[in-house]
Amino acid sequence: MTAFLIRRAALAIVTLFAVLTFVFVIVRILPGDPAQLILGDQASREAIEALHVRLGLDQPIALQYASFLGNALRGDWGVSMVTGQPVLAEVLSVLPWTIDLTLVSLALGIVIGVPLGVWAAVRRNRFVDYVVRIASLAGLSFPAFVSAVILLFLFAIEWRWFPVISARKGSLGAWTQSITLPAISLGLNSAAYITRVTRSAMLEVLSEDYVRTARAKGAPERIVVWRHALRNALIPIITVAGLYMSTLIGNSVLTEIVFSRPGLGKLIVGALSQRDYTMLQGMMVIYTLAVVVVNLLSDLAYGFVDPRVKLG
Amino acid sequence: MTDALSAPAPRRAPAGLATLLRAFNANKASWVGLAIVALVVLAALFAPFIAPHDPLEQDVLDRLKPPTAEHWLGTDYYGRDTLSRLLYGARISLVISLSATLIAMAAGAAVGMLAGWRGGRFDAVTMQAMDMLLAFPSLILGLILVAMLGPTMANIIAAIALTSLPTFARIARAPTIALKGRDFIEAGRALGFSDTRILCGHILPNIFPEILVMGALWLANAVRTEASLAFIGLGLKPPTPTWGGMIREGFENILDSAWLAIAPSVAVLIVVFAVNLLGDGLRDAIDPKLRNET
Repeated sequence: MTAFLIRRAALAIVTLFAVLTFVFVIVRILPGDPAQLILGDQASREAIEALHVRLGLDQPIALQYASFLGNALRGDWGVSMVTGQPVLAEVLSVLPWTIDLTLVSLALGIVIGVPLGVWAAVRRNRFVDYVVRIASLAGLSFPAFVSAVILLFLFAIEWRWFPVISARKGSLGAWTQSITLPAISLGLNSAAYITRVTRSAMLEVLSEDYVRTARAKGAPERIVVWRHALRNALIPIITVAGLYMSTLIGNSVLTEIVFSRPGLGKLIVGALSQRDYTMLQGMMVIYTLAVVVVNLLSDLAYGFVDPRVKLG
Repeated sequence: MTDALSAPAPRRAPAGLATLLRAFNANKASWVGLAIVALVVLAALFAPFIAPHDPLEQDVLDRLKPPTAEHWLGTDYYGRDTLSRLLYGARISLVISLSATLIAMAAGAAVGMLAGWRGGRFDAVTMQAMDMLLAFPSLILGLILVAMLGPTMANIIAAIALTSLPTFARIARAPTIALKGRDFIEAGRALGFSDTRILCGHILPNIFPEILVMGALWLANAVRTEASLAFIGLGLKPPTPTWGGMIREGFENILDSAWLAIAPSVAVLIVVFAVNLLGDGLRDAIDPKLRNET
């Protein structure tokens, strides 16, 4: 187990390093001089030169790279080119909003998706199965912002059950009010996805010998399905849920815009429109970290649900 | 992910196109999908003939009108006809998502086949890069690329293609490895065929159905991504009608004229759903396990 963790951590470090390098290169080959962008078209040549020096853009590229890596590792991600605030602080201040949203949406997806998928698989090619299949395909077809706009229109504007701006925090009530609609909008998609994966994983497992054996020895169907079969179907479900986390993190951009909710998505859209390069660098590192952590967690989850997976 | 899971799929003969078509035929839902997709394609092709108004024509006296006999789906903030804009928007949406998917299919299949064929370090490095690309949130990647390069049609197509490329590489790689050891490939090698000839002439036809199915499923994704980018404000520049852009404009006026956001939302939904139905039917047709049982 320890050896496995060390190997995964090493791989994560290599990945992060590669991404940092990629970010560094991409930010520098893109058109547009950041100093010019910050100061505007009217800026004098001297002012631009001065800003170059302040941002370190006058240094040789290798030196810039070395100091970029060194600073990134020390947690010094520079200051936002627009607001002047430290990048890390700005990112950390909105991070909890995005983490909340993605975790609640994923939980929603699992709670709805797994039972539906199991149900459809058990009733294969019967009415329930068809309904679940069509419904999940429809759910999968919702672009995240379309479901968000529809939910916002119905529940916040027409019926006024929820706030139009989902940015409240503090008490549990305010938190619940703020997260319900955004989480449903994102969760619909993940529920549809997880339903489909659960169904096909269960179909595969239900035709296995050990399921027949379990039935033959007289185990109640409930136990056969939920204990013997589902437990073995969990591996692909976890894989997909893990992969889907990154889609959720990406789609939260749309949800955050529609529900005026703070988060990484709103931050990156702002940084992009203002060409806030330091902020963008930091955000790409944060996104990569998120992906690496999710991968690590789903690897660990394999070990928990299936002792046959050798973590060595 | 764990090594056991990323191992190539077990060897099996890839389905031929004829079998695929026969199985597809048996599935009613995929025909519904195909019919809707065909209708949308026709509507987009003939938009100049069937659109009741010029999609760019403004009429300040007829702003934000609800649906009427003259404007079936109402008018937007500038008095432009929503139905005509939807029809023209379908062209943009289809051109971008179809080209992006075709490029991703071709490039992804090439990368995957080459990785599977060459094996060794080349395979390891390429697929590691593909996995990283796959793991990064694709909408964010598309967002960054389009924002940085500028929202032109070529850039949007390239960004969407790049985000879907790794999936095709993975799909192409596993069967290439499985086919590599088969006798007919060995025979080709013994005859001195070039790698290109074996890959394009003998391996590609065998893995093509699987790539086609994945392509249909990713087309739905491309339509969604294009609309999402346009909704964020990274679609083609106004006044060009795009569905995502229309939803964005409608969303800004949602308090007094909700149908403006609803009409293009329903359009995106129907197209994505139809393409998904189609792709799903194709996938069921190609999966030998499902095929033999039903």
